[in-house]
Amino acid sequence: MDATAAALIGMGLAALGFAGSGVGLGILFGKAIEAIARQPAAEAQLAKYIWIGMAFVEAVALYGLVVAFIIMGKA
Amino acid sequence: MSSTATSAISATAPKMDPLHHFQVAKHLDLSFMGLDISTSNSVYWMWIAIALVMLFFHLAFKNPRTVPGRMQSLGEVGYLFIHGIVTDIVGEKGRPFFPYIFTLFFFILFCNLAGLIPGSFTVTSQLIVTATFSLTIVGFTFGYGFYRHGSHYFKFFVPSGVPVPLMPLMIPIEIISFLARPISLAVRLFANMTAGHTMLAVMFGYVITLPWWGAWVPFGFTVIFTGVEIFIGFIQAYIFTILTCVYINDAMHMH
Repeated sequence: MDATAAALIGMGLAALGFAGSGVGLGILFGKAIEAIARQPAAEAQLAKYIWIGMAFVEAVALYGLVVAFIIMGKA
Repeated sequence: MSSTATSAISATAPKMDPLHHFQVAKHLDLSFMGLDISTSNSVYWMWIAIALVMLFFHLAFKNPRTVPGRMQSLGEVGYLFIHGIVTDIVGEKGRPFFPYIFTLFFFILFCNLAGLIPGSFTVTSQLIVTATFSLTIVGFTFGYGFYRHGSHYFKFFVPSGVPVPLMPLMIPIEIISFLARPISLAVRLFANMTAGHTMLAVMFGYVITLPWWGAWVPFGFTVIFTGVEIFIGFIQAYIFTILTCVYINDAMHMH
């Protein structure tokens, strides 16, 4: 296996981080829907935290993308 | 890249380079006292974003009325939105920081949105731009904490209510978490913008490579995803602003 192939595999592996973000989004929105179902009046207040939380969870996946870009720069 | 796998991909796809629109192209070679101040497409789109913000608020508050019109309502909503964030998180003492946070939010928002125009350049997809923002903000909060609390500011790195034997473990963690702030702030905005635009570019690549009867599927997806990108551009500007307020609040009130 030459260095370029290894770099390509590494870039693919960096995308595995997206799985964690997927689990996080599932938990986030699942819990949010549960909370709103229990207390519909709190929806407007909860929505703020949901979007902030979503941005944080998504950022975790995108760190993996940054790693992929770094590997691409080295290859 | 020169392996057989990549050459096979590049042979089937006619010139697919989803990262092409992130390249900074120099236009005018200028230098001032040894500093490189050449203008590039990044600089031009920053100017355009600033011009758009100024134009927006000029139109909104050209002739202000007690009962606002459509443009004035939009401007007032923007003003009250940022005012709400600052007073919610920092409190009334945050008023001196309001102009800066207001400018920051609208500059990032308009950079994000202007980057969605086909053929434009997304300023916030350059790590150096977002890193400049975040390092300025975190460096400022550090300096402001010292200005306000003097040497008491070092207590910021000592968590309260932790048993003394754990201190050698907790203090380095607090310091690392403080040093990670500018990195996470910069990379979040940069990576979100880059990822979204790369995805749009890849999807548009499929529109070109697929035959006409299949091309409408990725095309429809790009139309929907452009809407999502507008939303993400707004959310990221909002997060950046909120975290700036949180950091300023930390420096002001120390936990």
